[in-house]
Amino acid sequence: MVEEKTADVPGIIDRYGGDPGMLIPMMQDVQAACGYLPQTELKELSGRLAVPLSRIYSVASFYASFRLMPKGDHTIQLCMGTVCFLKGADKISAAVQREFQLVPGGTSPDGKFTFSPVNCVGACALAPVMVVDGQYYGGLAVDSALELLEKIAAGEASPQTPSPPPSPGGRGSRAPSPPPSPGGRGSQPPSPEPSPTSRASEAPSPQRSPKRKGSKKRSPRPSRGESGKGEDEP
Amino acid sequence: MITAAARLTCADDLREYRERLLAARDTAARRVRICLGTGCTAKGARVVLERFRQAAEELEAPDITIETKCTGCHGFCERGPIVVVDPGNIFYQNVKEEDVADVWRESVLSGRVVERLLYRDEETDEPATTPDEIPFYRAQHRVVLALNGVIDPTRIEEYIAAGGYAGLAKTLATMQPEEVIEEITRSGLRGRGGGGFATGRKWRSARSAAGEPKYVIANGDEGDPGAFMDRSIMEGVPHAVIEGMIIGAYAVGSSQGYIYVRNEYPLAVEHLGIAISQARDLGLLGRNILASGFDFDVRINRGAGAFVCGESTALMASLEGRVGEPRAKYIHTVESGLGGKPSLLNNVETWANVPQIILRGADWFASLGTEKSKGTKVFSLVGKVKNTGLVEVPMGMTLRQIIYQIGGGILDDKQFKAVQTGGPSGGCIPAECLDEPVDFDRLTELGSMMGSGGMIVMDEDTCMVSVAKYFLEFLKQESCGKCTPCREGLAQMLDVLSRVTRGEGQEGDVDMLQSLGELLEDTALCALGKTAAYPVLSTVRRFREEYEEHIAGKHCPAKVCPGLFRYEIFAENCRGCGLCAKKCPVDGISGERKQPHVIDQVKCLRCGNCFEVCPFAGVVKV
Repeated sequence: MVEEKTADVPGIIDRYGGDPGMLIPMMQDVQAACGYLPQTELKELSGRLAVPLSRIYSVASFYASFRLMPKGDHTIQLCMGTVCFLKGADKISAAVQREFQLVPGGTSPDGKFTFSPVNCVGACALAPVMVVDGQYYGGLAVDSALELLEKIAAGEASPQTPSPPPSPGGRGSRAPSPPPSPGGRGSQPPSPEPSPTSRASEAPSPQRSPKRKGSKKRSPRPSRGESGKGEDEP
Repeated sequence: MITAAARLTCADDLREYRERLLAARDTAARRVRICLGTGCTAKGARVVLERFRQAAEELEAPDITIETKCTGCHGFCERGPIVVVDPGNIFYQNVKEEDVADVWRESVLSGRVVERLLYRDEETDEPATTPDEIPFYRAQHRVVLALNGVIDPTRIEEYIAAGGYAGLAKTLATMQPEEVIEEITRSGLRGRGGGGFATGRKWRSARSAAGEPKYVIANGDEGDPGAFMDRSIMEGVPHAVIEGMIIGAYAVGSSQGYIYVRNEYPLAVEHLGIAISQARDLGLLGRNILASGFDFDVRINRGAGAFVCGESTALMASLEGRVGEPRAKYIHTVESGLGGKPSLLNNVETWANVPQIILRGADWFASLGTEKSKGTKVFSLVGKVKNTGLVEVPMGMTLRQIIYQIGGGILDDKQFKAVQTGGPSGGCIPAECLDEPVDFDRLTELGSMMGSGGMIVMDEDTCMVSVAKYFLEFLKQESCGKCTPCREGLAQMLDVLSRVTRGEGQEGDVDMLQSLGELLEDTALCALGKTAAYPVLSTVRRFREEYEEHIAGKHCPAKVCPGLFRYEIFAENCRGCGLCAKKCPVDGISGERKQPHVIDQVKCLRCGNCFEVCPFAGVVKV
């Protein structure tokens, strides 16, 4: 069990001058601090702002980004925008839900993942796109999406791995998330045992995996799918 | 680094500051511009930037100055990460971490061109060195996006050096509020967010509305799936939005503004936040702007994930900390909006146009575009098109020009089927209308709409019934539930559509969809509800035979709807590897090794596993 995080509700209220009109930003801050909206925090918010708890809950349940349950270690935002849909996001969604026992808005039984399909992350050129812990992964197919999540679950490709070289001369404010490490996401081989030809930086990373090849049959060689696939070759 | 004396206190201060910035610019400096838009960042642009910065730090050559800077989105997200090297405006695409050394050594230090990273023409395979040589950019006319990819959005100095805030200075120093409104009215600018309402008229109503205080609001709640122009504007030229808002606030007499940004756009929130604090520091926001006696400040509010909040009254409810439900608009929000006060709401792209109109004049703006749709429009050209990205073109360009000339045609040279414009509430435009000009009125006549500018290209493999179902699912999910037609009507329509895509459609379903859709159009409370049936109505209108084939023939012509087509083995391509047989959950595939296999159609569940695993295109859909 992860330890409960609490939010400094009076501090958050002060941040917005105690204006009840700023209820949504306050709730966003509570959620940023706790990972979700715990009942105790909401009650405190209600009491201090003199806003009925029922109204706070109506807001919390109306907006898709608010969570009333604790979230998992990693948050998966799967883009369900039109372009992603056209390029197979619904299949990825079904596979992710099946493999990790997730439902939209829910957390997996092992507490690893929280799954929230979102309408559009506005990165249509990369479709289908999945955002895991704020890191964008584009050009996915069912296989590469599952592989990526398995690696993240195993702690191998965690996008939150801090980058060893601190940005030289870069303004701190520019990078809210640590830049990916050179050996991190950008160049990880997709499977634990890459084929001899696909080493390190040459290996297709999730976003470099053959784009739009999701269901294409042109390739003369099996280029995706399970690692054991080659053995079935004549 | 040239800094302003402190706060800028008049228009002359600003001009002088700009001149100092320009004079201090090292014209001989070599520059590396790295796109840090969401698209390029997702493809690893931050690492590329770090490598360039490292290289610049390690360089031991005091005689040359090299600037590495990050910029906003270039629009050609398909080809990211994008790196541009100056002098020469050399445009490198798909630049990976391991390419940085080459670009640095060859291009930046030695002035040569790294040919393998250049864009190559699809047909001639000729490399293009500068963006102007790339068809994707050649036919564009960039006004709003002109500085995207050129300036660093986190540095106000660059925006000012490029002429930024000059429109504001001109407004405050030489124009009366009425004159500003007159200029905007004459320009013919119409709202870029969807409705296409005349901006000048809206401003005039807001100015003459009774009540204090008045608010100006930027709508950055870009909820349409498949659209990201507002995101790129907020990320790439945040100051243009802010400058536009200050001018608008001056014109209508407001002192408080809000920018409502989607929750899914963290980078836009960050850049806008930086821009606001920089503008405050220079005295371009806050009390007594440029010593004109005019006060105005802006606050950012993040949305919380509700599509309906793009609607004006819902957005204002959300700004008040309430559930984002629209209200009936007997009284417009310009008269009674946020907190019951007059509120002027414009889309991000509309605001970003304002400084240019003031600076270059209404006549210049009105010279672009068509009779009733002036200026340019940014579209996000996405879907099954070769060149995906943001394109800005004058109104009136034809769909064919946008999709084929700029977009490079359909992916894999498939057949064009339709282009969906206007977001989920828009419509699908078929191939026979490709030569229609794109403007507000023409798109409406075609049964679609401009919307915020999403343009989703669909090819022959797209099932129009599934597309309509997708949009209805989206809209049903996002329906706020306040009015019955939208809440219940969409559910019923979706129910019928789902039946059709499962092969359980009945005769009369299409007519039922149509009458439900028309009812929704007539009776829903807000604009989103009224237009929610458009995806169905427009596909029924244009692709009725596809619906009929689903219903009568139990067949999906695009072979998308599961169960409404069969899988067969194409003997010519089958090498008999047996992979499909191994993957078949019902042992429905048989055959000798190295001989073509056969699918038992009686056993087949149509799960598609065989199709997915075959490496030789040996399984086909029929």
